[in-house]
Amino acid sequence: MGHLTYEQSKKTAYKIITILGIITISEVIFALLGKGYLIDGVHFNETLIAAVMIIMSIVKAYLIVYEFMHMKYELPGMVKSVLLPLGLLVWAIIAFLAEGNYWRNSRGGIKDRNQEEIEMISKPKVASEPVEIPKPSGH
Amino acid sequence: MADTMAHTDHHIDHLDDHHGQEESTKELWSGGKQPFKASYGKLMMWYFLVSDAFTFAGFLIAYGTLRMSMPTWPVPDFVFSAFPGGFHHKPLLFVTVMTFILLFSSFTMVRAVQEGHQENRKGVVFWMVLTIIGGIGFLSSQAWEWTTLIKAEHVGVTVNPFSAHTEHGRYLEGDGHDIEAGMTFAPDTKAASYLIHKHDGEWHNLKYEVTDENYNPIRDENGNKVVKEQAFGPKAFGALFFFITGFHGFHVLSGVLFLIIICVNSATGLYAARKNGYEMVEKIGLYWHFVDLVWVFVFLVFYLI
Repeated sequence: MGHLTYEQSKKTAYKIITILGIITISEVIFALLGKGYLIDGVHFNETLIAAVMIIMSIVKAYLIVYEFMHMKYELPGMVKSVLLPLGLLVWAIIAFLAEGNYWRNSRGGIKDRNQEEIEMISKPKVASEPVEIPKPSGH
Repeated sequence: MADTMAHTDHHIDHLDDHHGQEESTKELWSGGKQPFKASYGKLMMWYFLVSDAFTFAGFLIAYGTLRMSMPTWPVPDFVFSAFPGGFHHKPLLFVTVMTFILLFSSFTMVRAVQEGHQENRKGVVFWMVLTIIGGIGFLSSQAWEWTTLIKAEHVGVTVNPFSAHTEHGRYLEGDGHDIEAGMTFAPDTKAASYLIHKHDGEWHNLKYEVTDENYNPIRDENGNKVVKEQAFGPKAFGALFFFITGFHGFHVLSGVLFLIIICVNSATGLYAARKNGYEMVEKIGLYWHFVDLVWVFVFLVFYLI
């Protein structure tokens, strides 16, 4: 990528910060609107809000890294040496969120099992006497 | 040097292909050159930022995992709805202002680097001073945020008074703020949180009766109403919030300190003498943009989602 002149660089910087500002305001308005703070009763789907937030943040990250940090003008080898290791984090995020979800379901399962009621079969009258255990009726 | 001379024999055939512009890969990486066309200092700053990115990613992923594992979590727009000047119920407004301060300081940093490329000492100092002011503004805002959470709302590392209901119910008493006796609630854990108030060192966990979906009180085996108190929220909230925003704030603080040092050095003409386009300013600029970038993700994960 050819290098910009001083005047072009200045203009680009102003352009990018304006875009970043617009994206941030849109993110916040979308979040407040979707949760019902701006217009009563309006409620967007949670997953939709989360997806829009994540996409907008990735766009902001791209603009900051590629334009402000000048990554766009670096050699491809250097770009890859920085971005590919960070790309592994996508795997980590997915794996750990799935893990957290599994923990929550397990906790719910434990809570349910704690509240299960078990019937006492019968108490032995004398400790040495064996208890008659009815045959299992099958699960 | 002798090594590269010995190798040129093998590459004589290729010299016509890589005429002038490119050297062979072996020559490029044999030492004494810049394979990525970036100076050592700049390249090492990039790799330090990669390592720091992994550190922050570790913390944010831990936050995500713990939050996913809990049945309820304090709703961000409820927790963070204060604004300086005594304003309440202004969800996300203050943190948005904080985001703008940091974004703008990233812009002023870009301008400082651009002036550095023009070897314009005064321009560099001017734009760096603006960046420093932005950084200090952000730190002050974060301090205000922490003070409100700790002093006014009593969020601690082991106690979290922000919580949400997991069942239907009706409040039996009010708290003098938003909750009145008789108000009902549903287990809408994603949208509604409550705050347990503390007065004179005493927690006031409001009592409520448990009801069904139609808000008829549920009775136990003796026919009595089931009355409970507001439960505290997940303990991890305080620890995670203060640690992660604190770690980020520490980066902002160290960034501001380095910016001041490099700004003073620029003003004295130290970098002008090096005639390298104020590369030091560019390096600290990378660090500063990284700090802004981390905030984009902290903002996303703690306040937007």
